[in-house]
Amino acid sequence: MHLTLEWMYWTRPTAIFFIVLFVILAAMTIWQTLAPSVPRRGFLPLATTPGTRLFLGIISAIFIHLAWIGLTDLSLWIVFPFAVGWIIVVMIWG
Amino acid sequence: MNKWENNRAWLLTVPVLILVAFSSIIPLMTVINYSVQDIMGEGQSLFVGTEMFKAVLREPRLHEALWRQFLFSALVLLIEMPLGVLLALAMPKKGWGVSFSLVVIALPLLIPWNTIGSIWIIFVRPDIGLFGHFINNVLGIPFDHTARPLDAWITLMFMEVWHWTPLVALLAYAGLRAIPEVYYQAAKIDGSSPWKTFWYIQLPKMRGVLTIALLLRFMDSFLIYAEPFVLTGGGPGNATTFLSIYLVKLALGQFDLGTAGAFSLIYFLIVEVLCFVFYQVLQNVGKGAKT
Repeated sequence: MHLTLEWMYWTRPTAIFFIVLFVILAAMTIWQTLAPSVPRRGFLPLATTPGTRLFLGIISAIFIHLAWIGLTDLSLWIVFPFAVGWIIVVMIWG
Repeated sequence: MNKWENNRAWLLTVPVLILVAFSSIIPLMTVINYSVQDIMGEGQSLFVGTEMFKAVLREPRLHEALWRQFLFSALVLLIEMPLGVLLALAMPKKGWGVSFSLVVIALPLLIPWNTIGSIWIIFVRPDIGLFGHFINNVLGIPFDHTARPLDAWITLMFMEVWHWTPLVALLAYAGLRAIPEVYYQAAKIDGSSPWKTFWYIQLPKMRGVLTIALLLRFMDSFLIYAEPFVLTGGGPGNATTFLSIYLVKLALGQFDLGTAGAFSLIYFLIVEVLCFVFYQVLQNVGKGAKT
């Protein structure tokens, strides 16, 4: 049995994506351990914890990117800051 | 909140976490890797960025499959929910009839999914099938689920309704049986009509189970694969090609791993959002029921 990860066809962008994702998850776990979260209401129509807000933020950011890819031919880097900004907005006021 | 709560019990979930990692997280990561590449063969791949997503998102056949999928789920719910409630209301409330009707109603649920397709293929065949022969030769209506899209849909809907309405009926029946007798007595004293009893007592009391039934049926019908695959194979033409059937055609039929990866990620995201809604609704069922 060979334990290489060749079959997963890693690329640098996806590797960076996953590293960032896991770092965020780890940071969220540490944050939750140090200061347990309490659900609260923001502008979203339901009471959310930071974890839920992160989930909703990332999911909607992905849909923003998908809409950009589907509807325009412009570079993804144009919409990327807006998507990240949206995640931050959801995290703080959502 | 007690900050010094002992959380070490969470370590007991580690085996499950490892299992889930191998069964879904690592495969999902692989799919994400596939979706940004054009894979020609073993070890040969080319990074193409978002090209696969662009191709998939602008693919008219995917849009058609998506609308078809939503239409299918909507029709399934519109038929199965009222029918299930009606069945539950009509079922006997005591005596030997209870067990009898429960068993009879649950029968379709016990049949394996791929067998159901085969049963219905034979059932609707114009030459030897009971239903197909009857409608074609006795009623004189031409009916062929392999040639006419509408007939394929009708057959598929019949099969789906026959297969899954029992689930709704059983859940609704459980909800009905849980209503205390005093409610009916109060309704009787107030001279309530059967319709009003249903609308103001039975239906609100069944809200919890009906929500679960609705969401289960929605998710199941949205992910449907085996039944239309066996019955029609996605045809005639593309008339019954739902999302999962289209995905399998893409991934296994054409071995287009990059495109299939991008497609399955989009499919996954839709399901993910639906699951979130599903979870939120389930969490909040009954919370608003203060009446």
